[in-house]
Amino acid sequence: MRLNVILFFGKHPGAKRIVAEFINSLLSLSSDHALGYVVASLIHCVLLLHVIAVGALVFIWMERKVSGRIQDRLGPTRVGGRFGWLQTLADGLKLITKEDLMPGAADPLLFRLAPYLSFAASFTAFLALPFADGWAAQVLNVGAFFVLAVLGLEVFGVILAGYGSGSKWSLFGGMREAAQVVSYEVPLGLCVLVPVTVCGTLNLVTIGNMQAGLFTNWLIFQNPFMPIVFLAFFTCAMASVNRAPFDLAEAESELVAGFHTEYSGLRWSIFFMAEYGSMFVVSALAAILFFGAWHGPLPVFASISASPYLMHIANLAGCTNFILKTVIGVTVMIWIRWTLPRLRIDQVITMCWKYCVPIAAFCLVGTVAWEVTGLPWIGDMTPNRNPMGSVREHWAQDDPVASTSHSVVIAEGRRND
Amino acid sequence: MTDFTELSAVAMLPLGIVWHTVFFWVFAALTSGFAIAVVLEKNVVRMALYLIATLSATAALFMLAGAHFIGAMQIMIYVGGTLVLLIFGVMLTAQSAFVSMRTSGGEWVTGAILGGVLFAMLATNAISVKAWRTYYKEGTQVSVDAVETVAPIGLALVGIRTDARVESPSGPAAIQSGYLLPFEIISVHLLVVLIGAAYLARTKVQLPGRSA
Repeated sequence: MRLNVILFFGKHPGAKRIVAEFINSLLSLSSDHALGYVVASLIHCVLLLHVIAVGALVFIWMERKVSGRIQDRLGPTRVGGRFGWLQTLADGLKLITKEDLMPGAADPLLFRLAPYLSFAASFTAFLALPFADGWAAQVLNVGAFFVLAVLGLEVFGVILAGYGSGSKWSLFGGMREAAQVVSYEVPLGLCVLVPVTVCGTLNLVTIGNMQAGLFTNWLIFQNPFMPIVFLAFFTCAMASVNRAPFDLAEAESELVAGFHTEYSGLRWSIFFMAEYGSMFVVSALAAILFFGAWHGPLPVFASISASPYLMHIANLAGCTNFILKTVIGVTVMIWIRWTLPRLRIDQVITMCWKYCVPIAAFCLVGTVAWEVTGLPWIGDMTPNRNPMGSVREHWAQDDPVASTSHSVVIAEGRRND
Repeated sequence: MTDFTELSAVAMLPLGIVWHTVFFWVFAALTSGFAIAVVLEKNVVRMALYLIATLSATAALFMLAGAHFIGAMQIMIYVGGTLVLLIFGVMLTAQSAFVSMRTSGGEWVTGAILGGVLFAMLATNAISVKAWRTYYKEGTQVSVDAVETVAPIGLALVGIRTDARVESPSGPAAIQSGYLLPFEIISVHLLVVLIGAAYLARTKVQLPGRSA
């Protein structure tokens, strides 16, 4: 028996390929013409930019409304009619017309670059995020890992803004953020590891598809450790995207405005687009890893999800589900921000190393033990349940060579179809 | 009149060839350009910024080669690791507002010699690997022994030694001793070194009323 290596090159998988071939057919070019792929990539990027920009528009309005209600007032009411829903747009206009200031002591390159760096990191995380089965700009085999790795880069923008502003307040804010993020990457990674060990894959699309069916199939009901891990994950996620009660880098009451003290106008707003984008990403990650991704609580669209044309309707419904779950996550973050007071830096670090890391490590060991011994839990009471790990990536599942002989398959991330 | 036939022939090539090459050159240029910028820059934090760009472009090269895991690793460990470097660059070396470093002539010479030797070694190795000069079509099945990639090392790390394979009528023999144990021993050794370093570098608190 020979050991085989199968090499796959080129060919973009999933939705992008379908779009590219459609565009090529419109222009009556051959199906693998480069033009279609370029246009398809641009469409994906523009769509994702809209998710961030329009998302920020809605979330900032929501932030004001929710904070208003929590503090027993109305929030914005005048601009745009009844609920003040045009308030964010008015703010945007104000920010565009503001003068773009830069302190004389600032490092011009770092000061100008910092907001874009933050935004780019946040945007790159969106590239690997699936909104429904296969609906991602790029389906990666290591999606969960990639999103985590890229989200960690957002802090560079904050640190460079803090250092480059040439202001003491900014520097303090930047240094606090650095200490916080370096610490919280550890428990965040450990928390993500728990659902990943249950599923046996880092592919976010596969993880989502494993949770199809009744809501009891969601990973949060997989074993008793999952809810604990979810709480630890949500805490760490809030800390890593720099949200209150972990917003020490801004800390209005101590540091004026922290790392963005010296920023005004559009640069300032780019920082906030990045922040709301990251909030969306971590909530989306929570939805995929714990709450069934794009699957609703009842499998309404299960019967049409396999058919070649109707599956797009199922995917659309799935996308709606997914965005709804994510928005709920963001709403909880806003709710927490206006409820809890800000922590001190030593409390933040204690929270990380003395609580989140041990809890995550304990749950990881517990989950592994639970899965190895095969003890039952809520999820196992569902009738006709697929055991976890039965949904595999395409290349591992039905490649005859891979399953019959001891071969190594080198392939690009392929869609699970 | 310009002859467009050759131009359109290039455009009609399958996506995998043209765009991979284009993006390879773009990211290779970014990697090299920012690496040179790291050497020439005097400000520590800007240096770290250029290092981030270099390492990110390297990650992009890995992704381009289909090695998504290594690409993400590169971002997580090396680009993320630069973060710590950046913090130390600010905290430990900052005497004034913006630090600038001067490189003496001797350091330039030493650096050039060391870098040149390393480059010569890597370049010779890269050119001598035959498999890296061979083009494989999509879906080609190649034997591990024939390709001369790092796949045998990777397999040996998880316990399958392709070089010491024993053929038997019932298929390949059971797992031979791989490199997993030596690898783990080295990892634990590294952990010991890290703990030792943390022990040596810790702040020694002087209690009041007690001499050092």
